Amino acid sequence: MNKKGARLANLYLIAVFAILYAPIAYLMAYSFNSGGTMHGWDGFTLEWYGEVFADTRLLIIVLNTFVIALLSSAISTILGVIGALAIRHVRRRQPRNALLSLNNVLIVSPDVIIGASFLILFTMIGIKLGFTSVLLSHIAFSVPIVVLMVLPKLQEMSPSLIDAARDLGASGWDVLTKVVLPYIKPGIFAGFFMALTYSLDDFAVTFFVTGNGFSTLSVEIYSRARQGVSLSINALSTLLFLFTVLLVIGYYFINQRASRSQARGAEGGRAVR
Amino acid sequence: MVTKARNLYLIPYAMWIALFVIAPIVLIVYYSFFDVNGAFTFDNYAKFFTPVYLRMTFNSFWYALLITFFSLLVAYPTAYLLTRTKHKQLWLLLIILPSWINLLLKAYAFIGLFGTYGLTNAVLETLGIGTQQILFTDFSFVFVSVYIFIPFMVLPIYNALEELNPTLVYASRDLGASWWTTFRRVVFPLTLDGVKSGAQAVFIPALSLFMITRLIAGNRVITLGTAIEQHFLVTQDWGMGATIAVFLIIAMALIMLVTGNRR
Repeated sequence: MNKKGARLANLYLIAVFAILYAPIAYLMAYSFNSGGTMHGWDGFTLEWYGEVFADTRLLIIVLNTFVIALLSSAISTILGVIGALAIRHVRRRQPRNALLSLNNVLIVSPDVIIGASFLILFTMIGIKLGFTSVLLSHIAFSVPIVVLMVLPKLQEMSPSLIDAARDLGASGWDVLTKVVLPYIKPGIFAGFFMALTYSLDDFAVTFFVTGNGFSTLSVEIYSRARQGVSLSINALSTLLFLFTVLLVIGYYFINQRASRSQARGAEGGRAVR
Repeated sequence: MVTKARNLYLIPYAMWIALFVIAPIVLIVYYSFFDVNGAFTFDNYAKFFTPVYLRMTFNSFWYALLITFFSLLVAYPTAYLLTRTKHKQLWLLLIILPSWINLLLKAYAFIGLFGTYGLTNAVLETLGIGTQQILFTDFSFVFVSVYIFIPFMVLPIYNALEELNPTLVYASRDLGASWWTTFRRVVFPLTLDGVKSGAQAVFIPALSLFMITRLIAGNRVITLGTAIEQHFLVTQDWGMGATIAVFLIIAMALIMLVTGNRR
């Protein structure tokens, strides 16, 4: 590419980045506006942050959101690892593909469908809408993601590792906890992390199954945003943005470590073969 | 030994599939045959084929198509140029970062940006165009949706471009093909899989966005998702909502078949 082309390319990328980050910057900047609206600038204030931290209801909702996210991702990680092991143990191709397709249904389904169908399901079974229904649906839609993150790790693991462990007298449980699980650990972490972000980010499914008394952050933001602009939402989103950046940095490091250990694992696999 | 272990793993996983994958779909189809009073009926399906619902379905598809098209238009060059930068992993991470921020917060930001006194109108004012009604229009709906979906389109295309063997491009250039011909005949066909999965990741959710239509389009745009939400949570007509959901599921399955990788 010549110089002019390179400059045009850079301009284009800068424009895309500017558009991607403009709304976020706008939102954050106005969280410091003492004017109380998202236009005009009256002066710097931390009033809205004070309002966020004084709002007990909001703080309880934040707590709810995190409890749901941590619990659902922990449980779905366990279920997802079991699911990935189950899929790997199915040797014949057709049932295995069928299982994989069923696994992916919830990933490709629009949120509205998942929400509506879970609403029917919970009403039918008689589960009261609230904490339990939200937790169950978050577990349900996180499981397939964990499976997809863990399965490639399982598949790249050389079967001779298991055979070797067996030959050396390890029990089935030992093989699982001392050979298989340590090997797929990066996949498990990645899956847990994805489940966490899916749960924190979810709005539509939660909106359907949440009922009256219980609320998560997304649902709360939606109902406040429908009533118009309130700068405490801006303050809250600034805090959330900083938290997200921290999470991403954490994820980045986990990934880095995973790819490094993957490289090591590949070498190990070659040595065994 | 192996057989026993396999059965043990399968039990919880199969239970999850039965309860949260199969049962919900069956229930949706089941409910679509009942009216508000709980009587068995085919009326919901008859109602779906009236002009009101057909037009809504058509509109919903049209908007989803527009959103997918514009996302692709922005995302392909972005992904292409990204593969050519130094530190491309870092730039890619920066493109994806906004997609980790709660969708509602981004929509809310646009309420401020596009508002009557917002930044966009201030810019238009200084340019001499004057204040426009931007919020609650079709334009704002498509713009905000494209904004939200760009990262989901960039990622698969970027991956496809990364997998592309650069020697193919060199060969094409050596054989005298222009940049454009190389792109049209070599690069684009070889990254079509990425484009397809990007389109899949955008089109299906675009059919069912209801929070954006409510917050940004002010109920001017009714998508299939908005209609389902309306029937389930506002009018409590679960039967009709389930019927629309059945058609959305069918549409989704068709899209998966068309854009699916034959592998």
